[in-house]
Amino acid sequence: MIDHKKQGGAMPHILEVKNITKRFGGLTAVDDVGFYVDHGEVVALVGDNGAGKSTLIKVISGVYKPDAGEIFLNGSKIHIESPIDAINYGIETIYQDLALAENLDVPSNIFLGREITKKKAGLIPVIHQEYMLEESRKVLDRLDIEIPSLKSNIRNLSGGQRQAVAISRSIYWNAQVLIMDEPTAALGISEQKKVLELVSSLRKQGIAIIIISHQMYDVFSVADRIIVMRRGIKAGERLVKETTSEEIVSLIVGAETVEKK
Amino acid sequence: MTQIAVNHKNLTAETIGKNWITLFLVILVIVFSLITPAFFSIDTLQLILFNGTEVFLLGAAELFVIITGGIDLSVGFVMGFSTIMSSKLIVIFQGFGLPPFMSILSGSLIMLVIGLLPGLVNGWLVAYLRVPAFIATFSMLGITHGISELMTQGVPTKNLPSLAGIIGNGSFLYISPDRKIHFFTRPQVARGQIVVSILPNMVVFAFIFILIFSFLLSKTKFGRHLYAIGGNIDAAIRSGINVKKDLLKAYMISSFFASLAGISYVMKYITGKPDAGADLLLDSIAAVVIGGASMAGGSGTMGRTILGALVIAVVQTGLRIIGMQTFMTYILVGSILIIAVILDQVFPNLNR
Repeated sequence: MIDHKKQGGAMPHILEVKNITKRFGGLTAVDDVGFYVDHGEVVALVGDNGAGKSTLIKVISGVYKPDAGEIFLNGSKIHIESPIDAINYGIETIYQDLALAENLDVPSNIFLGREITKKKAGLIPVIHQEYMLEESRKVLDRLDIEIPSLKSNIRNLSGGQRQAVAISRSIYWNAQVLIMDEPTAALGISEQKKVLELVSSLRKQGIAIIIISHQMYDVFSVADRIIVMRRGIKAGERLVKETTSEEIVSLIVGAETVEKK
Repeated sequence: MTQIAVNHKNLTAETIGKNWITLFLVILVIVFSLITPAFFSIDTLQLILFNGTEVFLLGAAELFVIITGGIDLSVGFVMGFSTIMSSKLIVIFQGFGLPPFMSILSGSLIMLVIGLLPGLVNGWLVAYLRVPAFIATFSMLGITHGISELMTQGVPTKNLPSLAGIIGNGSFLYISPDRKIHFFTRPQVARGQIVVSILPNMVVFAFIFILIFSFLLSKTKFGRHLYAIGGNIDAAIRSGINVKKDLLKAYMISSFFASLAGISYVMKYITGKPDAGADLLLDSIAAVVIGGASMAGGSGTMGRTILGALVIAVVQTGLRIIGMQTFMTYILVGSILIIAVILDQVFPNLNR
């Protein structure tokens, strides 16, 4: 049903996880789950609350260490011990809370923790504000995002603009894999649309995207492939063009007929 | 047309709101000058700066910690400890036969190193052991107070070289009646002639450090990270900022400035007392908050903190000049602090 050889066989997947298991005490949050994502592909991770989507994502982004399983990047096995490791491998995660410093402006956020400096008097490294502003403008233009003043603090931006800043930050640092946790939650209708457009334009640029979402509309409008999680296991995997939202919903809730398929 | 008018009005309100503290400062000076015309002079200004030196330094101390969303309640008694420790060291060095200037210099420099310790402990407790800043620094207040009392046994330190007082109460430059400029030494003149002294040494001393650290805060990665920590500590951690180390540094800078304030006190008053900075905790926090920083962290600048400290210094010296009791200062500073916090709550965008 799923064409695993669509890249021509030899080409490894950008990211592939195999047999991931994560337990919290007696609870197995993720049980032997594997999936992959390719260049310019959007994979949606869906499932009910507590299905293990977030836990699986946090294993990939370095927040949790898995009890079992392997992670491969471009075909080679990698070890992700911390969020910084994941970022260094080009795996960027945008959490629901966006992790922006609301009291700082757009460039300061895009470059947060990785500020560019210049030498003052050839000696003291100071923050290169102009360069960061220029680069921020470039990355926002590339994504076709309009923010009136980059010098305004994040707290003065709308939800969609904040999401855009968070995405720009990931993209600027050459993310190969972008993980987005509920990117459209807490956004107005028109802003949801903009964020989804943004996801499509990122895909065109060849970035592999994993989206966690509850919204069937989002999933069907941007994803290429859907992975359904239920109670820690992978309940199913479907190509968007070969499935319906009814089928996905029944996979999510675990209706008998579909499960036996 | 109406829209523009409204915008214009809002802009004016915003400008006034943002600069209410400057406006308040101007009103203060006018009021004091009306009550006592002699208030409005270069000499008074210098006296205000001289009396306010410790408030400036402790305000700077508190700023670094408040930006991160913390608080340092120990600054006043770390300053007291610094007056004791530095004066004892100076006296000891003098006992070894070191010339006065060398004794003062060595004693002060060693104190500045020792002065990092309370901050190291505070920062370690807050950043690594997750002790609330209020508790960690409140305990440090008690500890430094106790150590100071033990060291002095109730007797303020004495026998400091008179050079300390000459430095502490001297000025950077003097202008003699024949319009010659003299650096550091007051020229001998005939009776009745006036020597104009410019820039008290301790004020210059304080502002050298304040300027250096203001640069650190506004221009470097470290400074930017402190604001990020105060703004969203989780975001700071996830973006790879070494939050623990930066917090540790912030508390160490705070206690470094408190030590500077202690040394300044010793130079000015030629003695050390455990409670030398006891009254200054209120002033230090007030300076930062009046300067527009939010206690929630993530905001505040050195320039505005110094402005806040200046308001306090003007109130202190002004009340004394118009003949009010010093206790009035506490009431006034406390009231201004409350007003500043209310303004921050009601108009959260004022100072940001």
